[in-house]
Amino acid sequence: MNISSNRRTRDRVITILTYMAMGLVLLLPFVLFFGLAFKSELLFRDNSLGDLLFSSEWNTGEGKFGFKSFIVGSLYVTLVAMVITAPICLLSAIHITQYAPRKTAGLVTTAIDILAGIPSVVYGVWGMIFVVPFVSKVIAPVFGVQTTGFSILSGGIVLAIMVIPFILNILIEIYRTIPKELTEVSLSLGATRWEVIRDVLNRKALPGVLAAFGFGFARAFGETMAVLMVVGNVAQVPTGLFQPGYPLPALIANLYGELGSVPQIESALMFAALLLFVVVLIFNAALRWFIVKAEKY
Amino acid sequence: MDREENLKMRLMVKSHEKPARTGRKLAQEVAVRACMNIASILIVGVMGIILVSIFYKGISAFHWTMLTEDTKAGTFISIGDPGGIRNAIVGSLYLALSSTLLALVVGLACALCMNVYMVKYPRLLHTARFLLDLVWGVPSIIYGALGMSLMVFLGIKASLLAGIITVSLFVLPIMIRAIDEVMKTVPVGLSESVLSMGSTRSELSYKVYMRQCFPGIVTAVLLSFGRAIGDAASVLYVTGDNARIPGSLMDTASTLPVTIFNLINSPSAAAQEKAYSAAFILTLIILCISLLSRYISKHYQKYRIF
Repeated sequence: MNISSNRRTRDRVITILTYMAMGLVLLLPFVLFFGLAFKSELLFRDNSLGDLLFSSEWNTGEGKFGFKSFIVGSLYVTLVAMVITAPICLLSAIHITQYAPRKTAGLVTTAIDILAGIPSVVYGVWGMIFVVPFVSKVIAPVFGVQTTGFSILSGGIVLAIMVIPFILNILIEIYRTIPKELTEVSLSLGATRWEVIRDVLNRKALPGVLAAFGFGFARAFGETMAVLMVVGNVAQVPTGLFQPGYPLPALIANLYGELGSVPQIESALMFAALLLFVVVLIFNAALRWFIVKAEKY
Repeated sequence: MDREENLKMRLMVKSHEKPARTGRKLAQEVAVRACMNIASILIVGVMGIILVSIFYKGISAFHWTMLTEDTKAGTFISIGDPGGIRNAIVGSLYLALSSTLLALVVGLACALCMNVYMVKYPRLLHTARFLLDLVWGVPSIIYGALGMSLMVFLGIKASLLAGIITVSLFVLPIMIRAIDEVMKTVPVGLSESVLSMGSTRSELSYKVYMRQCFPGIVTAVLLSFGRAIGDAASVLYVTGDNARIPGSLMDTASTLPVTIFNLINSPSAAAQEKAYSAAFILTLIILCISLLSRYISKHYQKYRIF
């Protein structure tokens, strides 16, 4: 080869730098995990893992750290959000990819793009202006409940809207990649449009749709600011939709403020972050595995 | 075939066709279509409601002095007029610009590494993409926690620098994935022909790939910039607070999202009004970015090599 030595050294240096950048980024998940685990070690000196996860006693002054109410609160809000958002996303994805005329589809995708861009603080502000009064003045009286509006339901509604673009984009992608021949064959055999979707497309898309909901769940589980602003933040195990809750990310955000009063607080904060990290990671990893498995069929 | 038989045939066809067009199947079709329309209308409607209520509340409280004055010190606890938010806007811009730049330098190298160098090792590439996907899903508050422990570990106080490091770690996976998606679409023929002309792999990446993917890179940068400027959870306590525009990297800095959060939680009604208009300004910035990226991705397609 006739490459001058100047070019060859330059190539070598650039190659090494590029690989270094790559290595640095690939280290990131491990740094996150071990950094958080190392920092939360202090908490394990006085509390067992079982106590931390399944006790709902929370008293930072006495060194009692039970994360149960936060874990339950997180799950509750996220589940409410998913129940609201899942049917809307599924129906809209089918609508956009199968039925909608081009202009309508364009309008909806623009709306999704805008929704995806809005920062979570703005969602929080909107939740405080709109959703919280709506829940306390319109929805709660229907069920005969008195509430300030800062509740699991408000958090769930705001969260549901926030994850719509995320889930919907995946779903649209899934329905778009289904081969057109499947539809054409079924239509030519005399099936109606809806029968094609119900019996053919949905069956083909099912693993992907489930995975999309899973990813949405993981995404919603870690959402912080908007939920923090509307969910009420009372450290108790929530028992109803109209009660305030206290999800894990909100706990992390608020614990910063108490930092310094007790040495364990920082450790508790890191443990909460670790918990969140592990849940999200396991979810994502399991879903990737599931997709790879499902693709084979 | 006589006329009567022909008519019979037609009737048969019609009676065969009929169930698909009427009755239970038709009702199902109509009902499902209605549900789908409602779902799509709901999504567009919610977007409309969000924008309208933010704009309405924000504009009615907006005043130009907000953009030209700094926040008065200690306003989040006191009652009264909190002043403007110039320091927060500028702080956010500093933070977002520099962290996006940092993430671009590292992220571009990573994406090129995966698409130019690592294609030779498919297993390694697969693992790398898997790890990146995992990091991509990590919520921003965790970066905030990590940033804080890093800060304590390295012994630096809450500062603009700590914020830049935290936010660039947070946008890095977003940036890499966005660039990677574009680079995956580069045809193999392009890199094969460039390599066969005797160029090195680094020349292939930084001269050919970068130019071919330029519009994609610009949209990736804008996407990351939007994330960086709008995210509050990662910088909630990392950058601290500053009533003035930060003077150096080690200075504390206010950011727009955190300021909104603090203002709206303050007891004073005037501060809450300010929070609405600050949210309006932030939304406006984000909308401008998304419009710009739309324009660029359409407009710059023609500068690609092929």
